[in-house]
Amino acid sequence: MKTLLIAEHNNQELKSVTLHALTAAKTFNSSIDIIVIGWQCDAVIQQATQLSGIQQVLAAQTEEYTHQLPENCAPLIADIVKEHNYSVVMATASTFSKNLLPRVAALLDVTLISDVTAILSPDTFVRPIYAGNALATVQDLDTIKILTIRNTAFPAALLVHQSPAAPIVNIDKNFSNDLSHFIKQELTQSTRPELTSAKIIISGGRGLKSAENFKLLESLADKLHAAVGASRAAVDAGFAPNDYQVGQTGKVVAPDLYIAIGISGAIQHLAGMKDSKVIVAINNDPEAPIFQIADYGLVGDLFKILPELETVLSK
Amino acid sequence: MKILVAIKRVIDFKTSVRVKADETDVETANVKMSMNPFDEIAVEEAIRFKEQEKANEIVVVSIGPEQCQEVLRTALAMGADRGILVKTAHTLQPLIVAKILRAIVQQENPRLILMGKQAIDSDNNQTGQMLAGLLNWPQGTFASKVACDNTSVTVTREIDGGLETLALTLPAVITTDLRLNEPRYISLPNIVQAKRKPIQMVSIEEFNVDLSPRLKILKVKPPEKRRSGIKVATVTELVDKLKHEAQVLS
Ligand SMILES: Cc1cc2nc3c(=O)[nH]c(=O)nc-3n(C[C@H](O)[C@H](O)[C@H](O)COP(=O)(O)OP(=O)(O)OC[C@H]3O[C@@H](n4cnc5c(N)ncnc54)[C@H](O)[C@@H]3O)c2cc1C
Ligand SMILES: Cc1cc2nc3c(=O)[nH]c(=O)nc-3n(C[C@H](O)[C@H](O)[C@H](O)COP(=O)(O)OP(=O)(O)OC[C@H]3O[C@@H](n4cnc5c(N)ncnc54)[C@H](O)[C@@H]3O)c2cc1C
Repeated sequence: MKTLLIAEHNNQELKSVTLHALTAAKTFNSSIDIIVIGWQCDAVIQQATQLSGIQQVLAAQTEEYTHQLPENCAPLIADIVKEHNYSVVMATASTFSKNLLPRVAALLDVTLISDVTAILSPDTFVRPIYAGNALATVQDLDTIKILTIRNTAFPAALLVHQSPAAPIVNIDKNFSNDLSHFIKQELTQSTRPELTSAKIIISGGRGLKSAENFKLLESLADKLHAAVGASRAAVDAGFAPNDYQVGQTGKVVAPDLYIAIGISGAIQHLAGMKDSKVIVAINNDPEAPIFQIADYGLVGDLFKILPELETVLSK
Repeated sequence: MKILVAIKRVIDFKTSVRVKADETDVETANVKMSMNPFDEIAVEEAIRFKEQEKANEIVVVSIGPEQCQEVLRTALAMGADRGILVKTAHTLQPLIVAKILRAIVQQENPRLILMGKQAIDSDNNQTGQMLAGLLNWPQGTFASKVACDNTSVTVTREIDGGLETLALTLPAVITTDLRLNEPRYISLPNIVQAKRKPIQMVSIEEFNVDLSPRLKILKVKPPEKRRSGIKVATVTELVDKLKHEAQVLS
């Protein structure tokens, strides 16, 4: 049995989400190869050779792979899976893998299991459905298993540098793409930790009332080395960028501490954060559903509470 | 340009979902059903293309039981032109849904397919990408902005780090994200008018697609409940608890 792990990266560095999939891959007790698809991404390939437990690093580099678009990356992966007889293909669930892996599955004519939260046996998995209101145990009857795993369910593999480094196998397969063209990326610049790996998240909702007020959260976040998240309502209203959204259709997070401020606690929001270790809710409505899942609830006006919180934390 | 929109009938997003006592599925008897919210956004976007005279026909398709007619009627009342209902009593996996949609695409020849990024029941987020792969068409997933000309479509996508913009050669598949648009309310005259629009019924067996499931659902369970917490009275008490009881602040 052989597992192929898909590296997520930006041609400069390996994204930490890949380390969660590595942990999940190890539960299969098979040999694990990782594939790096991109252009001028030697640094990423080097990082991949250092990951503990990796047998081989497959490196597919051509200019056509620069933006890792699914139109040519999916046929490339499907081709490699067939040629090298991989029986498991996996990645961490992210917008990158969710864009790419269903297309790979279709080309291989096999099913794909999204957002796996537990691997019970080599063919039996648990995944949440209905915004996490139910957990389905499913058995995959296909010979090739393709999975995306939830980063919150599998801890990131520790970065112990393996020696000797895994060998690099160059893949000379050039799939061209005349279907789609990359125009631009506008990435949110931030010096704070990433939402999906932060230990503390401060999240704001419609209760913040303006983009200006939302900045109050940012200074608090900086004090606690926390990431900033948002409800859909706060993003829709333009208080925060789209990549801050936590929930069923945004990011799924499980930090040590999640502080929800001015968020009512709709099931779609809870779906993205209810596995956090400790949840704090600050809301002026004592009946807000968020209090039902909060470990510590503080009822009151957030505009009074936030400055107080900053003062107390500065002591 | 003809646009095809795939719409799924799902448990209404405002309904709280309960797992059946025998742990085989969630309770669907007497539960309010409606169009998947992302698909409503897809229908709305198609109608906007038609209003801008970039599209001349909108065909909506749903695969499922007889009652899917209701969501097709909703789409027709919003402004779609005609519906196709592929009848089946089975719940289908995304790859099978994508194969049926491919067969419909081959009959209908649309230039653009709009779908939801994910159905809020099974939360798979797969079908559009699979359909694009089967057709070898480009895909613009998680779209928050779409602009079209005669030969290509520009799609701004919501990705983990921010936004990405791509140009896709037509024909193409687009899956919608929440911020693409806000679907319109349906007026009473439009509901009446929609009753006269055609819905074609086909049986799933006509498509020659292997329907045998590749995935077996062994069990459906409710998630573990969080133990209930406490209310604190002051900020000082909160910070004290976080430091000394929960030990998540130093
Ligand atoms: C298909 C679909 C997908 C969705 N996906 C997501 C998702 O991924 N993530 C997500 O978050 N939502 C999602 N939603 C939206 C979700 O249903 C809710 O509408 C949303 O989460 C509400 O955001 P909110 O709590 O910020 O706003 P509201 O529900 O308006 O809550 C605001 C809260 O702020 C409190 N407040 C107001 N003023 C103050 C004050 N001065 N001090 C203290 N508290 C105050 C109020 O008491 C209230 O509880 C989705 C919806 C649909 C239909
Ligand atoms: C408890 C349970 C048991 C199940 N058992 C089985 C089983 O035994 N066998 C089986 O095959 N399936 C079964 N399913 C169904 C299956 O898991 C999903 O419903 C199916 O895979 C579709 O996934 P999705 O809707 O999440 O797709 P997504 O990829 O999230 O949907 C994206 C988009 O695709 C389009 N789309 C999806 N479905 C349709 C449709 N029917 N008609 C029109 N457009 C559509 C819509 O535009 C939608 O927005 C079961 C589901 C549950 C919850």
